Amino acid sequence: MAVRYMLGNEAIAHACVEANLDFASGYPGTPSSEVIDTLRRQDVRDFYIEWSVNEKVAFENALGAAWTGIRSLVTMKHVGLNVAADPLMTSAYTGVKGGFVILSADDPYAHSSQNEQDSRMYAHFARVPCLDPAGVQEAHDMMAAAFSLSEEFSIPVLFRPTTRICHSKSDVELGEVGKEHRKGNFEKDPRQYVVIPAHTRVLHKKLNEKQDAIAKRLVEIGYNKYEIRGKTGIVTSGIASEYVKEIVPDDVSIAKIGAYPIDEEWLAEFVSKHEKVLVVEECAPFVEEVVRQVACETRVHGKKDGCVPYEGELDPASTAAAFEKAGMLYDGNFPRDSSPVEGLPPRPPILCAGCGHRATFYAMKKVFGKKGIYPSDIGCYTLGLQLGAVDTTICMGASITVGSGIANSGEENPVVCTIGDSTFLHTGIQGLINAAYNNANMTVVILDNRITAMTGHQPNPNTGVTAMGDPSPSISLEALCRSCGISFVETIDPYDYVGTIEAFKRAKDTEGVKVIIARQPCVIEARRRGIKRRSFFVDTDACSGCGLCVKFGCPAIEFIDGKASVNALCSGCGVCAEICPQGAIRSEVKR
Amino acid sequence: MCGDLPAGCDKIGGEEMSRSYDLLIVGVGGQGTILASNIIGEACLAEGRKVRSAETHGMSQRGGSVETHIRIDGEFGPLISAGTADLIISFDLLEAVRYSHFLKDGGVIVSGKNIVVPTSTFQQGLEVPSCESLEAILSEIKYHIIDAESAAMEAGSLLSQNIVMLGAASHHLPLKEDSLLSAVKKLVPPKTIEINTKAFEIGVEKGNK
Repeated sequence: MAVRYMLGNEAIAHACVEANLDFASGYPGTPSSEVIDTLRRQDVRDFYIEWSVNEKVAFENALGAAWTGIRSLVTMKHVGLNVAADPLMTSAYTGVKGGFVILSADDPYAHSSQNEQDSRMYAHFARVPCLDPAGVQEAHDMMAAAFSLSEEFSIPVLFRPTTRICHSKSDVELGEVGKEHRKGNFEKDPRQYVVIPAHTRVLHKKLNEKQDAIAKRLVEIGYNKYEIRGKTGIVTSGIASEYVKEIVPDDVSIAKIGAYPIDEEWLAEFVSKHEKVLVVEECAPFVEEVVRQVACETRVHGKKDGCVPYEGELDPASTAAAFEKAGMLYDGNFPRDSSPVEGLPPRPPILCAGCGHRATFYAMKKVFGKKGIYPSDIGCYTLGLQLGAVDTTICMGASITVGSGIANSGEENPVVCTIGDSTFLHTGIQGLINAAYNNANMTVVILDNRITAMTGHQPNPNTGVTAMGDPSPSISLEALCRSCGISFVETIDPYDYVGTIEAFKRAKDTEGVKVIIARQPCVIEARRRGIKRRSFFVDTDACSGCGLCVKFGCPAIEFIDGKASVNALCSGCGVCAEICPQGAIRSEVKR
Repeated sequence: MCGDLPAGCDKIGGEEMSRSYDLLIVGVGGQGTILASNIIGEACLAEGRKVRSAETHGMSQRGGSVETHIRIDGEFGPLISAGTADLIISFDLLEAVRYSHFLKDGGVIVSGKNIVVPTSTFQQGLEVPSCESLEAILSEIKYHIIDAESAAMEAGSLLSQNIVMLGAASHHLPLKEDSLLSAVKKLVPPKTIEINTKAFEIGVEKGNK
């Protein structure tokens, strides 16, 4: 047994290896991505891994593998589970043979997400067990148990860590790497795997019959436990239980929920022993609703009476505030006047110096102007918001579909949508087929940097390599788009400013769906591969101080005392030199 | 409402436990906050102590503001609430001010001398705060300014500024200097051990002054 200082996601990945994982698939998404990234980095790898094109695809691959009797894992972020919801709902009916764990990482406070949805609701909806760890060590320990639980009840198990577990580090006690791997063997059983109505009605009954036993088992293995210490009690789940433990006085009871479904008899027993109970949890009032359902005489406090916030994440101070609102004492001192200094310039993340997306956005706006409508998508390029180049973002793949909806609404201004290559392959293709089929008049720009950059440079079908590191055929985006029936498909290099402008102008003058593929490798990845370009500098005498280059928004360009200058971040893309009306930005020549 | 307890006598679940030493490492993405946090974590392991931390991921190349919370001897969640941190190590003076409300009364800030000017100020024509004005905001707090850039140059590489800062802050950390230095040697790229050892030592010296 070794103790290591480890990231939550690394500890989870290690636990999978300890649990004899045979198969893992997933689609990258913060905060879940490092689980598969860690599995990829293992020195000895006795299991299969893939980055799939989207979460539904990843889910079904892992499900198929679990049906052959091997242990499989699928990983995604919470919103990815929306994409995989279709197979989730029915896989609960079919059940599994080998252990099947669905990791769906929630993001309270939406640190890196479009919403704060709660994966526990999906587990409840599908009637599958859900494990809700409170910290890195527990996440590690629960993961091993998740596979056994899945096999014990022949059911998929949802594993729900949150950002502050995935991206937290802690001292973690690890177990030994497992050596007992299985080989897939699919045994035909149509009554299990073919969900025609006659079969599914039977399967549904079986699923419902499992529920009580699962709830009882979760109490037996200690994931749901309580300690009676007084007349007031706290019911808490996930990481919130750590904040509670930090401030709870000795005479207040605690029920810690680490897994669902909750055994209602057990919970009622706890609640009935108290005059007052406060429910502390992040995201939805999921535990609270069960507590309210089982409470008779006991007063219940939580989100529904305003003691605990519905939105955002908790911390010790906000947990203390909840105690106070519920009329309870707490240990610790949290000053109320600790507010941030006002008036400081913000420092949001921005597109990298030399990022090809910035150049594409700049040329796009130059041609289509302020009246152009710019639906966009999910990825690094959502940061194009700061450049006025992103008008809508809702979910993966929705740039093209929202765009064609606007284009067919009677709106007369031109619609130009942007989507990254990984997002296009995720759920963009169907939207493109639909737009072409329904004769939308719009331009689709595929921002093709050959990789899934935002989440940490995972390979995709465009990269030419698999998660295992094996070469694979790189997809032809051009041929794919043409095969949808689109005749205007042009590929441009965004570093070629003039050429990019010309392509956008041709698209503007053409009716129907136009596709422009803006291809330039991610600047971070290019640097890692040793691609070097000469830096640029500003000839101060020639600079008129017009500030056009500053509006371009590259972090390598500064503006001091009325003149532009280029700093050490310059990666040599040269686009600023092309847009400078004075020709004052030039390439550094070695002397 | 709140029952104040002096440090060191919190009692939960019947076990006596000491309060954690809570610090933030803040800066601009790419300055090496995560490596610095890993070094502290490794030093805690070497001393057989518990540690919890929370990191900002994904901003490393994108120049955003980043914060890492670290709780030495921490047993609970990784987050530190505003007004309760013992120490802030900042690699950038503007970020030191941005996160200064996390500090408790009597807490300490150890900050780098310079600021990386946010690109947004050029784009939006915002005023860039001067180092003097930022120091003035901190005037009621105990703070130390370290010229990490020249120290790192002296050590042999500008990239070692995070290690200089760690050395400078080591006087305030409840960890042995040896544990920190061993962790530095264990975690930096092998080719840079010599430079980073020197950077740490110069930092320790500067922090003393």
